[in-house]
Amino acid sequence: MAAANSLPRRALRHRSFMIGLVLTLLLIAMAVISLVWTPYPVTEIAMVQKLKPPSAAHWLGTDHLGRDILSRIMWGARNSITVGFVAVTLGMVAGVLLGLWAAATRGWADEIVSRMSDLVFAFPAVLTAILITTVFGASAVNAIIAIGIFNIPVFARVTRGAALSVWGREFIRAGLAIGKGPLRITFDHVLPNIASILIVQGTIQFAVAILAEAGLSYLGLGMQPPLPSWGRMLNDAQTYMYQTPTLAIFPGVAIALSVLGLNLLGDGLRDLLDPRLKVMRVG
Amino acid sequence: MLEFLSRRLFAALFTLVAASLVVFGVLEVLPGDPALVMLGMEAQPDTLAALRKDLGLDRPVWVRYFAWVGDMLTFDLGRSQAYKTDVATMLLVRLQVTVPLAIGAVTFAILLGLPLGILAAWRHGKAGDYGVMMFSQAGIAVPNFWIGLLLVLVFSLGLGLFPAGGFPGWEKDFGASLRALALPIIALGLPEAAILSRIARSAMLDTLREDYIRTARAKGVAERDVLFRHALRNALIPIITIIGLFFAFQVGGAIIIESVFYLPGVGQLVYQSINNRDLVVIKDVVILLTFFVLLINLAIDVIYVLVDPRPKIKA
Repeated sequence: MAAANSLPRRALRHRSFMIGLVLTLLLIAMAVISLVWTPYPVTEIAMVQKLKPPSAAHWLGTDHLGRDILSRIMWGARNSITVGFVAVTLGMVAGVLLGLWAAATRGWADEIVSRMSDLVFAFPAVLTAILITTVFGASAVNAIIAIGIFNIPVFARVTRGAALSVWGREFIRAGLAIGKGPLRITFDHVLPNIASILIVQGTIQFAVAILAEAGLSYLGLGMQPPLPSWGRMLNDAQTYMYQTPTLAIFPGVAIALSVLGLNLLGDGLRDLLDPRLKVMRVG
Repeated sequence: MLEFLSRRLFAALFTLVAASLVVFGVLEVLPGDPALVMLGMEAQPDTLAALRKDLGLDRPVWVRYFAWVGDMLTFDLGRSQAYKTDVATMLLVRLQVTVPLAIGAVTFAILLGLPLGILAAWRHGKAGDYGVMMFSQAGIAVPNFWIGLLLVLVFSLGLGLFPAGGFPGWEKDFGASLRALALPIIALGLPEAAILSRIARSAMLDTLREDYIRTARAKGVAERDVLFRHALRNALIPIITIIGLFFAFQVGGAIIIESVFYLPGVGQLVYQSINNRDLVVIKDVVILLTFFVLLINLAIDVIYVLVDPRPKIKA
């Protein structure tokens, strides 16, 4: 009986989790393959080949400089994953530490974390990116910083809420009774008990980060040319979609499928790990 | 109740002051010489000196900060270096594009998302529910600027029903101005409708499980009254919260969508000001947008108190 309800078996039967997993693995595979191979070099300009529709030589066609769209989408996957992963990791580390601190000490530490969250939430990620870009110039690194800063209060709030409910449990009092300090209790008991919500929230934030990166690079505030990003490709496409409409299709499909995959994966993980987890959704 | 609201008001004021320090710090203190940022490395020494004098950079930092705060409080905004116009004048013109765009998008999201969410909760586990959930997942995954491009491809280039971009101005041609905003409103509102349908569905499902709903059904209340008078009313808190957040989303959304459709709104002003390195405009507009977001949050708190007789004081 136990084997029939084990986590891997339940995961295999969970349809949207499996779709999410496959889409996410495809995204990662595309990025990894682009490290060693793309059909054409991503920055190779071939003006005679410009604005071609999909063909046997260029499966997804070419852009206004004759560059291969498929190769650029593969490279763009690497860019999206890097920006998303680094930004979410930065936000997660800082946010989780702040949330754990607020839950462990309450009082004024709690108040500081709440006020900082309010401050960051008052600035949409795009405005943070604009402030940073105005002074330091546009780059993928500045996009990462802007998205990372936005992620800090998301993780701080989720961590604080989940950690507070762990602090109210019996075994924490047992830990205090045998003389463990708040720091030991936080890392021995609180953190392991809130790991699943952090994994689920991390997956959802990864999806949000990919959307945010696409928006920033569409505005020219992300990865700089000639290296490709999906958002930038759509910006270029806007000028030429009158001649070649497919230019405006494929990068958008890549963004949508990646975000859809990660969202389905996150929702599926929540169902499988603990359906009562309270995930935060802010865009 | 008054204690709850005054606490929230105090928190909002604190956030506004902190935000003004951050904006001022990032744009005026961090770069060292703001005049150099605005004019670039190749600037002539005498033009630099003139701009420094114009911006009052010879004064100490704290004097400049308080002068700026004083100007903002009296709505005496600075002059744009790139446009050579008062920021206040430009803002008033551009709000005529951005305000209808933002209100239109939120209205669109409510009109589409709320009924879909209610439908999904009512048909829980049936085909209608699955249909709404698929729409919701797809809508959340699709970036709004890509929806904008696809709408242009189909409705402007393909069918020729709507303009692909630009804005004629309300006085010049009211009908054409309305048409110019149609596609941007849909592009901005569609992902929000998807989010709203999801939130409304789960809020409705939560209340539909309550005992008083079973009681209402048992005593023979019509299904429509159960849904709209009993369930929806009690599901309103999370729904209002997310609608309030949408207004904050519009700030970021307007910057992107106005650039997709070449609309001369506040978002485009901010975006162009980055390229022009127009620190005066960015500083003023960013803090006004922050003020606006905080104002919306406060309005939501007031609505909470009005809708729910038991406000969550410690929330």
